[in-house]
Amino acid sequence: MSMERPKRDYSLVGPSSEWAVETGLASAEWYHTEIPRKTMKELMQRSDQPAIRDTLLWFAILIVSAAGAIWTWGTWWCVPFFAVYGVFYASASDSRWHECGHGTAFKTRWMNDAVYEIASFMQMRNPVNWRWSHARHHTDTIIVGRDAEIAVMRPPDLLKAGLMFTGVMDLRYAFPTLVRNAWGNLSPDEKSYIPESEWPRAVAAARWHMGVYAATIALALATRSWLPIMLVGTPRLYGTWHMVLTGLLQHIGLADNVTDHRLNSRTVYMNPVSRFIYWNMNYHVEHHMFPMIPYHALPRLHALIKHDLPAPNPSMWHAYKEVWPVVLRQLRYEDLYLLRELPATARPYRAEFHDLPSQAAE
Amino acid sequence: MPEWIEACEVDDVDEEDVIRFDHGGRTFAIYRSPDDEFFATDGFCTHEQAHLADGLVMDDIIECPKHNGRFNYKTGAAKGAPVCVNLQTYPVRVEDGKVLIEV
Repeated sequence: MSMERPKRDYSLVGPSSEWAVETGLASAEWYHTEIPRKTMKELMQRSDQPAIRDTLLWFAILIVSAAGAIWTWGTWWCVPFFAVYGVFYASASDSRWHECGHGTAFKTRWMNDAVYEIASFMQMRNPVNWRWSHARHHTDTIIVGRDAEIAVMRPPDLLKAGLMFTGVMDLRYAFPTLVRNAWGNLSPDEKSYIPESEWPRAVAAARWHMGVYAATIALALATRSWLPIMLVGTPRLYGTWHMVLTGLLQHIGLADNVTDHRLNSRTVYMNPVSRFIYWNMNYHVEHHMFPMIPYHALPRLHALIKHDLPAPNPSMWHAYKEVWPVVLRQLRYEDLYLLRELPATARPYRAEFHDLPSQAAE
Repeated sequence: MPEWIEACEVDDVDEEDVIRFDHGGRTFAIYRSPDDEFFATDGFCTHEQAHLADGLVMDDIIECPKHNGRFNYKTGAAKGAPVCVNLQTYPVRVEDGKVLIEV
């Protein structure tokens, strides 16, 4: 890469985007661990059973916790019910949105599509826009100016990152985006990754979402109660924390502008409850390297290729403890990042990405 | 002028699977359906440059390994986002245990 890199500009239509295209970082060939075709086919096999089981359990938790919240509404006893409901509404829906968007959760297509639409609503995400932004995220993972889903940019905005846990950022950005889309407006960034033929669908989807929110507010006014609003929409405020807790770890503090997911993504071992809520996306290097493999097969994939990946963080606590000093130093030196050490058994790839000691945190 | 060229042996492709075939600077995908018929398409996804031969064949669908875009490999029809452009298909015939495609 002989061209000088411009200062990071996270707009998708700015200098960093142009630089990524000109240097070949955009739509590049990414590293993959070698897996025999027969084994890959076994891992890629789809099944309805695990996702039906998990979805029924998810809906059951939502219904029971919502019923408890309604039953105890007006007393302090409603708090634990809302605490559970909020996490399963606002955090578990993120992983369901993600897996069903890939089309890997269920074998049956309409099941993926149905859960995708429900989860998109719970996430306050336009289902059309986000399908395309996520495709871009997989094409150009953490490539500055190309990836529309970089959660923590450099230099990091710690206030913004902290507010993410409260869901305030959703109301600040996601809801106005839906309103804008419902009025028929797509931003230049959105137009850069959504094909023009899909724009009318994006507008229609936003209008559906706004219709449900309008009906919820109307019901609240009619019943003179906050309860409908507590159950629809505002769970993003009090239940997003788990999604952010797990999701931030996917890429935070790691290298950007590389074409090797081992360097810009993180696998973290997590407790079974978080893994259920997160649908195994803690195996994030594995997911990015092989997005065809369903969430329920990721532990098997991890066992198969871990010799070729950096050592996973043994816990969320360990991962945050490791990355926090790096994030703090990025406030002053935005080029600094956490270099992932590959094991001796790993296959090397693009040495220039692995040999930047002056920018790697100690 | 179209010509028939030998792409592979019948046994090179497992049932309900796909392999890559390169010829004349182009890449094709050769499919064997669950009912033991052979089909051929362009080798790259029409969304982005991903080899369909690394994807998953399910009945008459090929799913791209990169973004999970789906095509009917018998007709080339794109089956929804993120693929919007149909896949080019090619005539196939089997002779003496060999799979021939017309390109």
